Amino acid sequence: MKKTILGYIIAFVILIVSIWLGVSIGSVKVPISTLWNTAADPTATNILWKIRMPRVVLAGLVGASLAIAGAAFQGLLKNPLADPYTLGVSSGASVGAVVTLFFGISTPIFGIYTLPAFSMLGALLAMMGVMAFARLVDRTMKMETLILTGIIVSSFLGALISLLIALTGDELRQIIGWLMGSVSMRGWPYVKMVWPFVLIGSFLLWLNRRELNAMLFGEERAKYLGVDVKKSKILILIGGSMLTGAAVAVSGTIGFVGLVVPHMTRLLFGADHRHLLPLSFLNGASLLIVCDLFARTIISPTELPIGVITALIGAPVFSYIFFRQRRTKGA
Amino acid sequence: MLTVENITGGYDATRPIIQEVSFTVKKGEILGVLGPNGSGKSTLLKVISGILPSTNGQVLIEEQNIKHFSPKEFARKMAVLPQLHAHAFSHTVRETVALGRYPHQNSWFSTWSEQDENAVKTAMKQTGVDSYEHTNLEFLSGGEQQRTFVAQALAQQADILLLDEPTNHLDIAHQRQLLDMIRLEAVQNGLTVISVFHDMNLASLYCDRLLLMDKGHVKAIGEPHEVLKEKQILEVYNTRVSSYPHPELPKPQVTLMPTATDERESYVVTKEQFKIRDEFVELRTEFPLKTVSSAVHNAGFGWFQSFVNRAVDLSYMCSDAHEELKSYLEQHDFMPSNTVAMMTAVAAKHVVIREFSNTTGSIIVAVTAGVGNAVDVSRAHERVSKPYIGTINTWVIINGKLTEESFMQAMITATEAKVKAMQQEEIMDPISNTIATGTSTDSLLIAATQNGTFMEYAGPITDIGKLIGQGVYETTVTALQDYKRAKGRL
Repeated sequence: MKKTILGYIIAFVILIVSIWLGVSIGSVKVPISTLWNTAADPTATNILWKIRMPRVVLAGLVGASLAIAGAAFQGLLKNPLADPYTLGVSSGASVGAVVTLFFGISTPIFGIYTLPAFSMLGALLAMMGVMAFARLVDRTMKMETLILTGIIVSSFLGALISLLIALTGDELRQIIGWLMGSVSMRGWPYVKMVWPFVLIGSFLLWLNRRELNAMLFGEERAKYLGVDVKKSKILILIGGSMLTGAAVAVSGTIGFVGLVVPHMTRLLFGADHRHLLPLSFLNGASLLIVCDLFARTIISPTELPIGVITALIGAPVFSYIFFRQRRTKGA
Repeated sequence: MLTVENITGGYDATRPIIQEVSFTVKKGEILGVLGPNGSGKSTLLKVISGILPSTNGQVLIEEQNIKHFSPKEFARKMAVLPQLHAHAFSHTVRETVALGRYPHQNSWFSTWSEQDENAVKTAMKQTGVDSYEHTNLEFLSGGEQQRTFVAQALAQQADILLLDEPTNHLDIAHQRQLLDMIRLEAVQNGLTVISVFHDMNLASLYCDRLLLMDKGHVKAIGEPHEVLKEKQILEVYNTRVSSYPHPELPKPQVTLMPTATDERESYVVTKEQFKIRDEFVELRTEFPLKTVSSAVHNAGFGWFQSFVNRAVDLSYMCSDAHEELKSYLEQHDFMPSNTVAMMTAVAAKHVVIREFSNTTGSIIVAVTAGVGNAVDVSRAHERVSKPYIGTINTWVIINGKLTEESFMQAMITATEAKVKAMQQEEIMDPISNTIATGTSTDSLLIAATQNGTFMEYAGPITDIGKLIGQGVYETTVTALQDYKRAKGRL
């Protein structure tokens, strides 16, 4: 009990520190006091409110979405290597987004939410495709089968995206930059575009926190405990896809956040989803804010895609988890 | 109460594994499900618990079809413990057990009532997992994990408990602890239990009734003695077993009859194998003999390789003759667990050992006779004195294969022959002054090599009965005459 309270305290402190660093560090140093100091330098206020703040908030929302979605996917599939990226869900969302951009789709019903809505649809379709195929291959859906299926689907969808990009011809560099993941130059409209999805998606997952705990012991056992497994699964898939779709729509595919954050959180504070989900949400936000800070400052003035940074951290962690899983299973 | 009516179902609707299964389990009853691998035991549990579809028939709890329950309602009625599986992430023991309260909780808010807390604490205590409640499951042994999941099922506080091989991974101490606890829940709190067992003997001990499955059908259902019949088990498992009663409980137990026993050479016991030592007569055999006796050490049925008839002083008095005799055997290089031993006041050199044979086979009879305490059994009720040592010890070693029936008949035949010898030698009961039938502490031992001629019966006019009658009579007469001679009465 005490451990989880400590977890929340640490997560909040890190988040506040990350936001502070995120808004104050950059090519122009902006003191944090600008936030509340009305008499501050107007240029600084402008940089902070128009450029830095939306960027930090967006990075935070994207990180939080990917991390909580990753935690939920891992619990649902009982697979520590599952996350929106490794499962190919991000690629699905990318296809949804690229298709929307490519055909210039805009629907009056969705308005500004057209892009995230189509991303979410892409994510959901990819997720269902991966799960259906993995189940077809191997009823027990072993860890390796699922990841392999994710790679197959990812590669195929990646090729599809490349094809679409090649057909567009222009603005190649920009789309590629987007694909590698970035939260630069987005501004408040993007924040507005995604926050409802982040909120609803996270809420759907949080509603299923106990069901996720039960499903860690297998669907059969969860059923015996009185879980409506079918309903929970659908809600979790929709919630996860919504979050992934939202994240990808505004930032492209950023890998490994959904893998690293839940893993670390679980290691430190346990596998109980009642706390794992909110803690992953907070820590995911912090991680991506910090990663974005690195991405834009490390070889300043050039900006790295944020996906480069997360992959640099994420791939070794992925290897480590895989190594550990195989070793303990072999033992 | 749980009623299963004509249930048919399984993984594939076109090829149902379970066919036309019907039974009822009353409140507080434990029903054990037995059957060979693939007979549909686990599938039956899954169909009853609604995990697998049924194509026909219905399952009723308190006369209500289970299809009408919501998942949570159902989980409050029935808890299920499936076989243990590996899992990817680790909960602590407490978290795992607390999940058993899921069906009692509201899905929107965290409502952890005192009742929830008590249920979890009680369940952990009952299964003995409370001492490591904050340990992660992955650090526990298979047995501890299994008990944690039992605790989870108990925390559900359902009226009906379905168990799939609950004693898997458990050592016998924990098997007993777990099943005792479940039995207690059934008796005291009316928990209704259906449990799959691999071990027929455990099932027989703990279940009120057993259900024997064979290829998806009910082969037999009823009390353990109605189900665990040798012939029935042979038909279902294609394995020969022998059924025997539990030593202390009115429950049948079965044991395997291995087909490929070590081919042991046929052998016979001969008179020459008997050794007369200073303080005892001994027989050591190459292979164990099946024995029934009223000896001091290792009485009853058993298989033994050494046989001792120890001569003690007339004044021998010992508060714990069993322990004293055991240590005596150890001192003289006998393995106590492999030895039958008697005591007599007659010196070892007075033993009479004779071999008798006819076309059926051969027997060896060894008798030590001391009749200082001779009793006429029909007048014994007139006596008040305590018995003291002065006894007739009779051994009959048979080279042949005896049934339990013939062991018993051999005892009767040998006893009758002894009585006749007493009559012949006119041994008197000094108190009633009538002819004695034996002494107050006589012992008899029948042992057989269990190879060679098969002897189904051993009554007085069977071939082996004739040998026993003649042998015991003649040997006892000789021994009695020796005794008289030693006492100077002849």
